[in-house]
Amino acid sequence: MATTMITTLDRSSRAAARGLSDMSIRNLFIIPTILFLIVFNIFPLIYSLGYSFTDFRASTNAAANFVGLQNYRDLLNDPYVWSNFAITAKYVIISVAGQLLVGFGVAMLLNRDIPLKGLLTTLLLLPMMLSMAVVGLFWKLLYDPSFGIINYALGLGTFEWLSNPKMALYAVALTDIWMWSPFVMLLSLAGLSAVPKHLYEAAAIDRAGPFYTFFRITLPLVAPILMIAVIFRTMEAFKTFDLAYILTSQPTAELISIRLYKMAFQEWQTGRSCALAYIVLIMVLAITNIYVKYLNKVKER
Amino acid sequence: MAAVRTSSEIGFNRVAIVAVLLVTIIFLAPIYWIASTAFKPRNLATTIPPTVVFQPEISPFVKLFTKRSQLRNPASPEEYAAAPWWERVVFDGGEKIVRDGKGQVQWSGYPSRFMNSLIVAITSTVLAVGMGTFTAYGFSRFKVKGEADLLFFILSTRMLPPVVVAIPMFLMYRAVGLNDSHLGLIILYTAFNLSFSVWLMKGFMDEIPKEYEEAALVDGYTRMEAFFKIVLPEAATGIAATAVFCFITAWNEYAFALIMTSRRAQTAPPFIPSQVGSGLPDWTVIAAGTFLFLLPVAIFTFLLRNHLLRGMSFGAIRK
Repeated sequence: MATTMITTLDRSSRAAARGLSDMSIRNLFIIPTILFLIVFNIFPLIYSLGYSFTDFRASTNAAANFVGLQNYRDLLNDPYVWSNFAITAKYVIISVAGQLLVGFGVAMLLNRDIPLKGLLTTLLLLPMMLSMAVVGLFWKLLYDPSFGIINYALGLGTFEWLSNPKMALYAVALTDIWMWSPFVMLLSLAGLSAVPKHLYEAAAIDRAGPFYTFFRITLPLVAPILMIAVIFRTMEAFKTFDLAYILTSQPTAELISIRLYKMAFQEWQTGRSCALAYIVLIMVLAITNIYVKYLNKVKER
Repeated sequence: MAAVRTSSEIGFNRVAIVAVLLVTIIFLAPIYWIASTAFKPRNLATTIPPTVVFQPEISPFVKLFTKRSQLRNPASPEEYAAAPWWERVVFDGGEKIVRDGKGQVQWSGYPSRFMNSLIVAITSTVLAVGMGTFTAYGFSRFKVKGEADLLFFILSTRMLPPVVVAIPMFLMYRAVGLNDSHLGLIILYTAFNLSFSVWLMKGFMDEIPKEYEEAALVDGYTRMEAFFKIVLPEAATGIAATAVFCFITAWNEYAFALIMTSRRAQTAPPFIPSQVGSGLPDWTVIAAGTFLFLLPVAIFTFLLRNHLLRGMSFGAIRK
């Protein structure tokens, strides 16, 4: 007993002499990252908060004038900006609902013994790994009214997609559904494979119909993971820029981040765009907060 | 399912398999179309009905890498015979390769954009994963005051819309001369990926039993030695998976690159769409550029397949 005590003490003192204490290692490991994120993510936001109260234009050398809450007042009274928000909301709903239906549907089909299941799943996941901007660009050819393969495959003649004010937003959403349904599928598959088999056996013994089994066993057990997929995709769809910017210039498909980009880098209304950025930021943080709370809840289980 | 399968269940299974195959074909069709267009002669890229069977050509790739000008007259038989094979395919399309005074072939903008993408993606990945691994270990093994809040803060920096962050970053970069520089883009992508790498690596670190290091500490290792010699080798798979995810994110990124770069440091994603312009674009060349650009990601997706779930959910869901 006594020898152990001595050796332990001896070792710890040796270690203390040679190495850093746990506390300083912890600080050394964590603090640089936090500082880096503050400098490159938080400081710029403070910088732009300042500009959001001015009439600054980055395209001129004129000094910025303080205008108080004018930018925010103007933006919130601007029907144009409100319509951008409405378009974004419509886009989020169509695209997330589509992804949920397709993704969960395919997961239900895949959730059985299928030859080459692993390969098929990986192939199905490919679209979401690719660059939205670059693949999105190619969808321009697929949607082309005269020689696009979509019109050809569906027998739609020379139907206009991207240059049609009524269809443009749906076309962008359709491409987004193609890209991101695999994400919902992936999460759904994880949820489905976690449903205990004995529940289905019990249901079969009780002669429960497929609808009863689906709504009373499958859906409630997969719901938490589906919820994660929905919140995450909602957040991402809300931020969509690449795809819509590249595919179409229709005003009916002008999402809020495209408006923000144009305001900042084409019209050079820097001060006002900073204010709009803050309005968007607060919305995103609200959704993120819900998302993280939910993630932590799921993680705990 | 029940031990005894009814015939209708087996029938449904068959229907499901056929449906899955159909869905896979539909999902892969756009990707197949990119790949096949990249090997088509220009006149077959935009035909009705679409051309499915054709003699594959390498000309779109030759055109992708070179500057070309329209030929007024078809190339003479002597010129044709003297030209290397990769120039003949360009002659066939009614164009010729632009050369400088010394006869050197002029490159298009694509190779330098591709190199820029590689430089920026690889450097930012190394930085983000390096820092992220240390930080994840710190969060995983030590008590940190307000840990949940700090982790939320870290994640929320990733959730910011790129355009929102880009406006002040653009002004700051302009002030210090980092616009259109590799370093500027590397910093942005590192910051963007760092939060992701911390979250994902923390999950991997949590899975390595503490007992391994404790045993090492008892054997006289310092905490640092234990981290480098015991924990890092154990975390190798996690580090590799995280690195591939960070690489793909940086490789695919568009909005920051569009705003922050114009020429010198421009990466491929903003460059490829800028080649479409107005008029009739040569879709075979765009497809060739897209194909080369997507290839690394497609390969990585297969390597990553067992980690996709975890990576896409910030490590929240594991298999």
